[in-house]
Amino acid sequence: MNRLGFAIVATLALTGAQGALAQDVLTIGVRSEAATLDPHWTQLSADLQLQEHIFEHLVDLDSASQPSPGLAVSWAPINDTTWEFKLREGVTWHDGEAFNADDVIYSFDRLKAGIEGATASPAFQLAKGGKAWTKIDDYTVHITTEGPYPTMAEDLAMIPIVAEHVVPGKTPSVDFNSGAAAIGTGPFVYKEFSPGNRIVVAKNPNWWGGDPGWDEVVFRPVGEDSARLAALLNGDVDLIDYPPTVDLPQLEADDRFRVSSIASDRLIYMMPSYRHNEPYITANDGSPMPNPLRDWRVRKALSLAINREAIRDRIMGGASQPTRNIVPPGFFGYVEDLEPDAYDPEAAKALLAEAGYGDGFRMTIHGPNDRYINDARIVEAVAQFWTQIGITTEVDTMPRAVFFSDLIRGGADSFPGFDSPKFSMSLTGWGTVAGEATYTVSGILETYNAATGGGNGNFGRYSNPSVDAKSVLAKQTIDRPARLALLQDATRWAMDDYALIPLHFQVNKWAMKAGLEHMPRTNERTLATEIKRVD
Amino acid sequence: MAEFILRRILQALLVLFVMTVLVFFGIHVIGNPVDLFASSECTKACLDEIMVNLGLDRPVWQQYLIFLGNLAEGDLGRSFTHGVPAMSLIWERFPATLELAVAALVIALVIGLPLGFYAGLRPDSWISKAIMGLSMIGFSVPIFWIGLIMILTFSVKLGWLPAIGRGDLVTVFGVRVSFLTVDGLRHLAMPAFTLSLLMMSMVIRLTRAGLREVMTSDYIRFARANGVPEYRVLGWHAMKNLLIPIVTVLGMEFGGVIAFAVVTESIFSWPGVGKMLIDAISVLDRPLIVAYLIFVVTMFVLLNLVIDILYSLLDPRVRLGAGAV
Repeated sequence: MNRLGFAIVATLALTGAQGALAQDVLTIGVRSEAATLDPHWTQLSADLQLQEHIFEHLVDLDSASQPSPGLAVSWAPINDTTWEFKLREGVTWHDGEAFNADDVIYSFDRLKAGIEGATASPAFQLAKGGKAWTKIDDYTVHITTEGPYPTMAEDLAMIPIVAEHVVPGKTPSVDFNSGAAAIGTGPFVYKEFSPGNRIVVAKNPNWWGGDPGWDEVVFRPVGEDSARLAALLNGDVDLIDYPPTVDLPQLEADDRFRVSSIASDRLIYMMPSYRHNEPYITANDGSPMPNPLRDWRVRKALSLAINREAIRDRIMGGASQPTRNIVPPGFFGYVEDLEPDAYDPEAAKALLAEAGYGDGFRMTIHGPNDRYINDARIVEAVAQFWTQIGITTEVDTMPRAVFFSDLIRGGADSFPGFDSPKFSMSLTGWGTVAGEATYTVSGILETYNAATGGGNGNFGRYSNPSVDAKSVLAKQTIDRPARLALLQDATRWAMDDYALIPLHFQVNKWAMKAGLEHMPRTNERTLATEIKRVD
Repeated sequence: MAEFILRRILQALLVLFVMTVLVFFGIHVIGNPVDLFASSECTKACLDEIMVNLGLDRPVWQQYLIFLGNLAEGDLGRSFTHGVPAMSLIWERFPATLELAVAALVIALVIGLPLGFYAGLRPDSWISKAIMGLSMIGFSVPIFWIGLIMILTFSVKLGWLPAIGRGDLVTVFGVRVSFLTVDGLRHLAMPAFTLSLLMMSMVIRLTRAGLREVMTSDYIRFARANGVPEYRVLGWHAMKNLLIPIVTVLGMEFGGVIAFAVVTESIFSWPGVGKMLIDAISVLDRPLIVAYLIFVVTMFVLLNLVIDILYSLLDPRVRLGAGAV
């Protein structure tokens, strides 16, 4: 039914769109709506995206997710364990009060103290490396760590700064949504928050960054893909995020609309599990067998058997970039010479035979069906590719609400304090939020270690001491060239070993009326300051 | 009457209690919300901290007792994602859903009753057959498809109506409604009509069937023999008996429409409670889900009570009393 809707909307509807852009009001149709304006309440990207219009960070991320000056104009390590941040002078809060170091200290303290009931504050970014902070003067802040800590700027790009003269005494979340505490330093000012219907922000004429470009920006939540597209076609909204992938070719061909796109930081990959026996892998006759995925040749064969170009063209509407890297091009740690595996089912079969699995085996693979773009369809395609090389593969996809908990600790041998995955092979994704690979290598390639936080996304429990050594060292190496070498080595080793089977980076797309120009962001956020009128 | 209502309320409390047990324990089987909320970089220690902060580290039965304690004080908890009391979220959005449902009901009656009457009075005419055929379509075609086709036709192709959201609001007796503004009506038209289709089809079929049965009964013949004018025979005598099944079915259906207007609200991005429920389920916002279900059960119980009372007014043979439960 959904697909029929898309097809109809796409083929018939493109002829009927009309409507001019309203004067300096930008209306954005977003897939998911912000639930709270308290920037310390959650880590859901729909919330963060909206909050970034009102609140700012010491460090901004540019459209390629690289650190750039925000409320801090410069930062540098002054010794092995101390970073100095120089704050921007002349910045005012939306109510006219001046911004200074007290606001920074207060924001950090608020997070550290914990916010009762908050689902996922960014406090863990402050806990990383054991950060402690002191005010040196009104525009200087020192942050110390337990040891050398290279990714300070990237971490602080995740910590929104709230006003010390406003927030104390206010109710978290509630008073932000009502506007009373939603006073930031950002390019836009809170205007209206009407859950489910619209969120409106208005221009901050005193923004330090200059003219934000729009008098007013209206965010309208339209969760249904085809309805969001229809709203763009009939002029209810000026720009939408996540246009349905099946309609992309028609949209791109229509000169009344434009599509902007950029490879995202979200890697989609198949994650093997490394236990000696896997619950979802059996011999062809259904009897248990030792886990074949522990043999790197089998993992390589699985990778060679996948036609990533076909997934891109047939399923993703072109919106994917096949890869064998773990961070996208332009990110610190990207390895230039790691080419995506070419589709080669014959070589895959030969490798399987060499590893002693010439007759194949049976496997059930899992994945979410409402988390990543076209996730369930990708899992189905992968299963077909693998069945073609003799591994009888079945598919089980489920809502993310069920999937992720099972992925992390659904295994029968799990108990409190010991997490074991339920699945033997599953599709999952990893977003590198900070524009550099240190915590991606550590998160998905390092051996799982609850105490250090290493491998906390490594649910398959891949373990390779050579990778671990590089990763742990990289986390303490401030010198950029040295760290880059470590990260690239770790990535190369793990990928040569097929620690995981990368499929692609999602490509973020936005569709808008002709007459608008959008600078797309790697981190999937839609920011009004990056949308300009060109007509 | 008083005893009847009292007894109903006791029953309702029992139903509510059983429901909270089912929902509360059922929802804990599904998955851990923290896995969805937390950043992928959140380590084990960070996850544990969130669990403690949300009170999810306690055993389920303890969480349930705390929940019951709060419930007794009228506190249904705070939404995980919104950080706002769950009931305030529901009240904020409920007027939108109620408005949509009432509009749908009105459309269903205004269109359905006359069509049903016509089909009942002239069952053999081709117009009647066409009406009955259309009502069959109303039953069988998925709302999702109809909604999309309507958006395609009226907003994309013709550009008459907006495709998403709710229109301008005015405040009446403290409730924000949109049906009193032109913009509001334009936004309301398509979702309300889409939502009304099923009810409308039911009204048509019930009216037709009821009318055909009633028209052959003795009291109608006597009324006619007495020289009662035809409009009065139909509009009063026949109507009274006709309305009983219609009220019953619509009463039940209306609750369903309010509680599960989800599909319509999703297609038209209508800011109602149904859409909120879907969002809440997809991120396992437990307090919000539980609060919503309690709200819905309470609403159903109240609706049933109203229907029973309406019955007794429509049909003098029905007496509400000790034996009438």
